[in-house]
Amino acid sequence: MIIEGKQKIWADYQKEIPDDHYFYVRSCIRQSFFPASEVVFLDITRNKLGKDFFENPYHTTCGGIAYHSDAIPQETAMTIIARQFALMHESGYENYVCSCITSFGCYTETLETWREFPELEAKIRQFLWDSCRKELVKPKYLAHASDIIYKFRNEIAAKAMFRLVEAKTGRPLRVVEHIGCHYAKMFPSKGVGGAEYPYVLAGMIEAWGGEVIDYPERRQCCGFGFRQYFVQANRGYSLSNTYKKFESMEPYKPDFIITNCPGCPYFLDRWQYVVAEQTGKTYGENGFGIPVLTYEEVAGLVFGYNPWDLGLQLHQVAVEPLLDKMGIPYDPAMKYKGVNGKELGTPAAPQNIRFK
Amino acid sequence: MNFGFSISPSSHIMMDDVSRKRFDALKKTEPDIAICMSCGSCTATCTAGANAEVSLRRMILMLQRGKDDEALAMASRCLLCGKCYLVCPRGINTRHVLLSISKCLGHDEDI
Repeated sequence: MIIEGKQKIWADYQKEIPDDHYFYVRSCIRQSFFPASEVVFLDITRNKLGKDFFENPYHTTCGGIAYHSDAIPQETAMTIIARQFALMHESGYENYVCSCITSFGCYTETLETWREFPELEAKIRQFLWDSCRKELVKPKYLAHASDIIYKFRNEIAAKAMFRLVEAKTGRPLRVVEHIGCHYAKMFPSKGVGGAEYPYVLAGMIEAWGGEVIDYPERRQCCGFGFRQYFVQANRGYSLSNTYKKFESMEPYKPDFIITNCPGCPYFLDRWQYVVAEQTGKTYGENGFGIPVLTYEEVAGLVFGYNPWDLGLQLHQVAVEPLLDKMGIPYDPAMKYKGVNGKELGTPAAPQNIRFK
Repeated sequence: MNFGFSISPSSHIMMDDVSRKRFDALKKTEPDIAICMSCGSCTATCTAGANAEVSLRRMILMLQRGKDDEALAMASRCLLCGKCYLVCPRGINTRHVLLSISKCLGHDEDI
């Protein structure tokens, strides 16, 4: 490896991330996949870091799912996005932060397309006025929510109750970082570190005491892909992609996986169950899988949130081995209890992957 | 349990476990192989490729990944018509590369 060369490439992909005053938009699917992630993100940024995050209750989907499924044309998706930008401006903000990687990709693609084709921007501006009577004002900065946590990773480390180390031995946890394809693969200059050396999650791992695993299929897609997943007969493509990644990372014995996309953690988590059911193979220790967490959940653990308040009981792969390693206390009896002690029900135990 | 879909075998390659002995020997004979940019022009114009699985671009990729046997099997289907040589934007003598692949990979004792 030629270090000077890497540093030059790295310098080309520095990203300007605003310091404060953000307009935040949620993801369509993350709230059902990982219901506490966005709440924890807002709690950390607003209450622990003291940042100004504003949410407009009238914001909608970015249209990404319909766009990538060929259900709507790009002009429709752009008009939806233009409306989101108009809401941001009406709320008095100019720093746009989205929770979803698919959205981030759509916003980036839209802004770049408007830059290349101003006549299309004018057309969308008119569409927005005709349909909503709103004025399009583009954001000054566009950031993904993981960029914000990355920016403040050292402040979080300074306030951390737990670190990404094995409590008994002090060994740094071995962490696989998996970055959503739409973060930087389409427009490398829009992501921290670009597409080849993305640092957004690796920076968090290093700041919080863990060790980043570099493995052959590190930049391989998780396999989600809307077209692969929506049609049942195509799901083998998605599953096989995930399988390939796990086969590749297995020799490095990762303690957990951190992700910044809605689909990646969901599929890397759930497909481990399907792989175990179809092949009998598990990738964690003692018959468990490898826990897959969102970066907000990891930040929450580092900050000392109750794991069940972070929604970790809704993961397919049991997270208890990771909690034990980090020395995080938890009450097993409260795993499937809601906030008011209400019984949430216990899922059926899988046959081939350990559940508890 | 029937999920309605299944897993394909992993195409993951562990480069640490791959022997590049033959590929390195080939590179000595055919240094031009290193300047291939995998554009696929050779594959697009391949006469044999229309009817059989032949692709010089894939052959070079296979060789880099230590899949020598697959590359050799593919090379054996080449008609040596030389159309790929005409279209290569890097000017690689692809016809000679294909002959060298057969020569270098077909006989261990020559390496």
